[in-house]
Amino acid sequence: MSETPPDLTIQLRSKPRLLSSVRGMVLSLTQRVGFDENACGHIALAIDEALANIIRHGYEHREEEPIHMSIWVLQGEAKGIRIMIEDEAEQVDPELIQGRDLEDVRPGGLGVHIMREIMDDCRFEKRQQSQGMRVIMEKYVNPGRPDGSSLPSSTQET
Amino acid sequence: MTAEENLPITIENSDGTTVLKPSGDVDLSGAPELRARIAEVFSDPPARLVIDLSEVPYMDSSGVATLVEGMQLANQAGATLVLAGMQDRVKSIFEIARLDTVFKIAEDLTAAKEL
Repeated sequence: MSETPPDLTIQLRSKPRLLSSVRGMVLSLTQRVGFDENACGHIALAIDEALANIIRHGYEHREEEPIHMSIWVLQGEAKGIRIMIEDEAEQVDPELIQGRDLEDVRPGGLGVHIMREIMDDCRFEKRQQSQGMRVIMEKYVNPGRPDGSSLPSSTQET
Repeated sequence: MTAEENLPITIENSDGTTVLKPSGDVDLSGAPELRARIAEVFSDPPARLVIDLSEVPYMDSSGVATLVEGMQLANQAGATLVLAGMQDRVKSIFEIARLDTVFKIAEDLTAAKEL
């Protein structure tokens, strides 16, 4: 994980009604970073989906559980934003966190697909503590890395 | 955090068509209300259900899942489900989820009644 302290940290409880406030904050921040209106909306959606996944699956709709959110504003050639969202729910194998086959039209299972579709990087990890998962997502203002690759090699989707 | 923050939804019936109109964000917080109202409509299925999304500025996968459930209920009832008046940001999530070709989508309420 990044050794630089985050530019912004937010601690929130797992209440669905807080999601709109987080989206508002993300829209404002991403606009200031330099993303266009469409990208700002998409980033807010990806973060919303990450939080909703934690509330739905990690905490099974319990509303008083902790969620930790850290945001880094990325400068330089890879200008953009990195978001890390951590929970204290039961750990699962990150390899098992997959978006569903879109040909299979049914309710549910779209959140991870949306996160991976929108963000330039999206990876799930177990936290180092005995419980809890984290998701780390990055989005660049100018897609394509300075070296010409689409994503850092260590973060390619499996 | 009061009941006032729940998703307001109106339902109107005329000539075999029911128009269900939510006003606000359909996310993890608002989707349960929409799900309940769609289920209520299909307790006595109309020939056509139009969900007017013109006053929905935001939807996440919870909302999309609710509409997929609605489509399944409509199919079981032999009814037609049409989504009308989608704002661009909402349309975008249907495109990302590749559901924009699965639903009947109309530009507005008038067009929805003719589909």
